Amino acid sequence: MTGRAADRALALLSPIALLALWEGLSHAGVLDARYVPAPSTVLGTLAAMTRTGELPYNVAVSVQRIVLGFLLGAVPAVAVGLSMGVSRSVRAALMPLVSAIYPIPKIAVYPLIIFYLGIGEASKLSIVALSIFFLVLLNTMAGVLGLDEAYVRMARAYGARGSAVFATVAFPGALPSIFTGLKLGMGFALIVIVGAELLGSDAGIGHLIWRAYQIFAIDVMFAGLLVTAALGWIATAALDWLERRVLPWRA
Amino acid sequence: MKTAVLAQPGVALAASAVTHAYRTDRGDIPALREVSLRIAPGEFCALIGPSGCGKTTLLLILAGLPRPAGGTVAVPPAQPGRLASAVVFQGICTFPWMTVLGNVEYGLRMLGVPRPERARRAEAELRRVGLWTFREAYPRQLSEGMRQRVSIARALATDPAVLLMDEPFASLDEQTRLVLQDQLLTLWQEQRPTILFVTHSLDEAARLADRVLVMSARPGRIKADIPVPLPRPRGYRDVRRDPAYGAFTARLWDELETELERRVP
Repeated sequence: MTGRAADRALALLSPIALLALWEGLSHAGVLDARYVPAPSTVLGTLAAMTRTGELPYNVAVSVQRIVLGFLLGAVPAVAVGLSMGVSRSVRAALMPLVSAIYPIPKIAVYPLIIFYLGIGEASKLSIVALSIFFLVLLNTMAGVLGLDEAYVRMARAYGARGSAVFATVAFPGALPSIFTGLKLGMGFALIVIVGAELLGSDAGIGHLIWRAYQIFAIDVMFAGLLVTAALGWIATAALDWLERRVLPWRA
Repeated sequence: MKTAVLAQPGVALAASAVTHAYRTDRGDIPALREVSLRIAPGEFCALIGPSGCGKTTLLLILAGLPRPAGGTVAVPPAQPGRLASAVVFQGICTFPWMTVLGNVEYGLRMLGVPRPERARRAEAELRRVGLWTFREAYPRQLSEGMRQRVSIARALATDPAVLLMDEPFASLDEQTRLVLQDQLLTLWQEQRPTILFVTHSLDEAARLADRVLVMSARPGRIKADIPVPLPRPRGYRDVRRDPAYGAFTARLWDELETELERRVP
């Protein structure tokens, strides 16, 4: 108990200590405020942007893109991953394609996607979906393949066939791996959406940072980074919470 | 080969001339050779043999998975809401992602038994094995012995004509094993299910069964079929004090020892 409380205190203390050091260095004049604004300045900027509605709007745009793109990529990835895990022939047919496409940095495909789908929302959702699809697929498949043969034998001994084996063994058994894939994917989704918004967008956190660069608003650039970090942290916490709800049988 | 449905009266489970082989990249390895056996309704039959002799393979073939390469298997006819044969596995015997209740209801769910009846039958079996208060728990939260009781309850809930048990107590400690043996004996006395019980323990076979089938080294065949000469009920102390028990287990070892020697290359 004390150990966990101490861990939590340390986890809070280290970022606070870093911010305090940064603040102190700014006030002492070691850090030039024109290039590196003090944390208090960045927080002030954040507050001002929140008041004007600029920040909430851009965050909402990015969050919506991540959530929808995530669903668009994860749902088919789980379905295909399960079939590849269960069926040897599906695996044989699709694995070469997956192995070839998986290592391509997805942001490199973005110009092509823009060319096909235009600069609007469709291209943003697609790049997020694409960036997590293979990650979730491979983790789902690995989850099924890692399941002990004994579970399938047990299910079959009690009369489960085809879709029943899928629903009562393959899917629940692979869920822990699926969650690993989703958590890794969440990080990728964030990286890719901010990147895509930097490249071409009229809204979103990435757009906010890019526009700030163009007008040399250094404090706004830092504010954008801070918000991105916070988003990543919240997304991870949300997935952890969901995992505990969906997998009560673990830990 | 086809799995025949049993027609003869007085036989609950039968195999005749069952032959099977494992498929490997380097060709087939014979696993079972001309195995024939018959088990009467209500009989408690033990199957022992050297490890790797095909005991588990035979048990799975009797359960209908997989089909044997040769020979026939006769199982009781299917009835609605009732499994012809239910298997109790060793080691991994529960689904970790289902609650205790979910595990016990599993067979009934697959049989398409309606929900209210499912709940009623699962409750009865969970109470019998003394785990009703743990119905919402997950297997991870239970001891190995409790998990094995869950899997026995799952088998019994399907009201099987034949109970196929594959070394169900092998991974338990000695004391837990004795307790579960007692519970199984009580259950068998009350309900008289037909049981085929695979074990590597001579003591277990002698204490539980009416008859012991001894298998040879691979490829397995039934080399001896010996009735157990001990009176019932078989309380642990009574059995251990009975001189016939020592003589019987010694006899089993005679049969087995030669097979173990044969197995060593």
